[in-house]
Amino acid sequence: MRYVWRRLGHALLVLFGVSVLSFLFAELAPGNFLDELRLDPRVSAATIEALRDRYGLDQPFPQKYFRWLQSISRGELGFSVAYNGPVGPLLWRRARNTLFLTVTATVLAWLVAIPLGVWGASRKGKWADRMGAGATTALLSVPDVLLGLGLLLLAVRTGYFPTGGMVSLSFAELGLWDKVKDVASHFFIPVTALILANLPVLVRHVRASLIEVLQAPFIQAARASGIPERRLLFRYALRAAANPLISLLGLSIAALLSASLVVETIMSWPGLGPLLLEAVAARDLHLVVGVVMCSTILLVAGSLLADTLLYWVDPRIRQQG
Amino acid sequence: MIRAQTSVRSDNARSSFKGALTHGYRPALCLLGLVYASTLLAGFLAPYGPLTQNRDLSFAAPTRLHFLDPTGRLHLRPFVYGLTIRSGTFDEYEEDRSRIYFVRFFVPGAPYRIAGLFSGDHHLFGTDSPARLFLFGSDQFGRDLFSRLLYGGQISLFAGLLGAGLSLGVGLVLGGLAGFYGSWVDEAIMRVAELFLALPWLYLLLAVRMALPLQIEPGQAFLLILAVLGLIGWARPARLIRGVVLSARLRDHVLAARGFGASDLYLLRRHVMPQVLGIALTQAALLVPQYILAEVTLSFFGLGVGEPVPSWGNMLASLQRYNVLASYWWMFLPGIALIPVFLLYHLLADALHQRLAAYSL
Repeated sequence: MRYVWRRLGHALLVLFGVSVLSFLFAELAPGNFLDELRLDPRVSAATIEALRDRYGLDQPFPQKYFRWLQSISRGELGFSVAYNGPVGPLLWRRARNTLFLTVTATVLAWLVAIPLGVWGASRKGKWADRMGAGATTALLSVPDVLLGLGLLLLAVRTGYFPTGGMVSLSFAELGLWDKVKDVASHFFIPVTALILANLPVLVRHVRASLIEVLQAPFIQAARASGIPERRLLFRYALRAAANPLISLLGLSIAALLSASLVVETIMSWPGLGPLLLEAVAARDLHLVVGVVMCSTILLVAGSLLADTLLYWVDPRIRQQG
Repeated sequence: MIRAQTSVRSDNARSSFKGALTHGYRPALCLLGLVYASTLLAGFLAPYGPLTQNRDLSFAAPTRLHFLDPTGRLHLRPFVYGLTIRSGTFDEYEEDRSRIYFVRFFVPGAPYRIAGLFSGDHHLFGTDSPARLFLFGSDQFGRDLFSRLLYGGQISLFAGLLGAGLSLGVGLVLGGLAGFYGSWVDEAIMRVAELFLALPWLYLLLAVRMALPLQIEPGQAFLLILAVLGLIGWARPARLIRGVVLSARLRDHVLAARGFGASDLYLLRRHVMPQVLGIALTQAALLVPQYILAEVTLSFFGLGVGEPVPSWGNMLASLQRYNVLASYWWMFLPGIALIPVFLLYHLLADALHQRLAAYSL
């Protein structure tokens, strides 16, 4: 268990570091978020002073940062000018939507990638494998932006799928089953885009690590003792190849979140991506820091999950820990 | 005696580097060179200037080349027709078959400069006014997409190349320092690198972008994007290079050279850098497409190089409107053009990687 605790401590340190880093970026930016607010005639000077005081904008950097930490303890994470309210409540909804999208995409992408990778590895060098390798390289070369736009075009042209958002306008009036169907139909296009964006990297890694394992002596021994090929591949080889793949699961989340930002924005999925773009365009510093922190938390949680999984799967790590 | 031996060793390292350049990825490298050269020669290759507008030819489809004229006569030289708006519509065009316009080569047209050095006004191909030759169609303002694609490559492709060079340079220096000096230098640099790696790159990119002014001149925007890319991307190469330097530093021949009184600088230049170069090049081939994508994404979101200067990203931006997305397929071409470029870089990286694995000492 000490291993997991150590990982957790490390994750917290990283989060702390990232928040300091993003505050430093904010510090470098000219002006502060109250400048915009000051232009608004509806906001009185007293309100601005109160906000200025609350977030310690006149104070040196460490104090400013400390104020922000305090506002975290209140669950606010600072103040958003664009939305005229605390950042925290804004984030949770959006983070939930992003999480919903990326977790589903990750699970589905792995479910597709593992059989494809195993299949490629078991036919290494044959024409089917070469075709597969060519297809993954080609797919790898399609930029996320184009993938998103292409699928959106498909949705517009065929009319089978809604072209944006997460729910239909009439969502509130629908029954439970229709609600599920409605979200699922909005969900289909962005999730497909994310799976396609993620798939080539996963298939390549599954194939490569499985090929490495298939060369090991124990596989030959297993094959010689007459274990059926399918069982050999999925039971024995895949388990031995699991380690690098679990590490990849942690790493692939970073790429997935980036792809998700693009896809969410193109499909107007109400996740963290569009929120971040709005925040950058409005120079809403605390909101930007909040979204960046949120994405870091998702990323760190993902790699923590991968580490824990590794701990659970691999007895060697358990003994070290 | 020792001196001779150490130089043999590093000759090996160097020949592996040279070998890496002449094998396997020559085709990919040549083709990439061709792509980059053609964007540099945009002035000559493009029939029109990047900003030349034809307001009456908004969203015209790629111009059709003809060989058979209305009388049924075959022309060996391709020709085009002028376009007029179909009566009763406002965005559909039909060919005006009353007059044919031949496609001609080395036609005089808008003046241009190539790489800021040579100026000229002859274009590789074109046709007579008032007909227009839009190979890839035209955009909202009737600007020739083919010409804009070539000019846009100057921004998108070179932003990737220079940005990757910049962050590789920073990574080389910081990773080299960390690996070579170890102890607290190593510790400090690697901890900071970890923070940069802990962020999804697009989120990091936007966070850094926020710290910079929103409305900027296109020329400045280009430099700014370079700076942002250099700043966000140094961590991964730095970490890889640190590892290589660390292991190179502890090799017997390097330790021997140090024992004979070689200076740090000599060791770095003579023994460490040759080993690092291979991995640095492989990293570069992986980084460039990612950085091209970064510029495209930023400009697509309106946070990078802005109109009217073309970049592949801001050319795609009009697809965010549904009517453009659904009706004008040629507006996808700047995105489709990225695919072969990325493919070539991936092939290059794969080939470099294989050479590196084969030659690794």
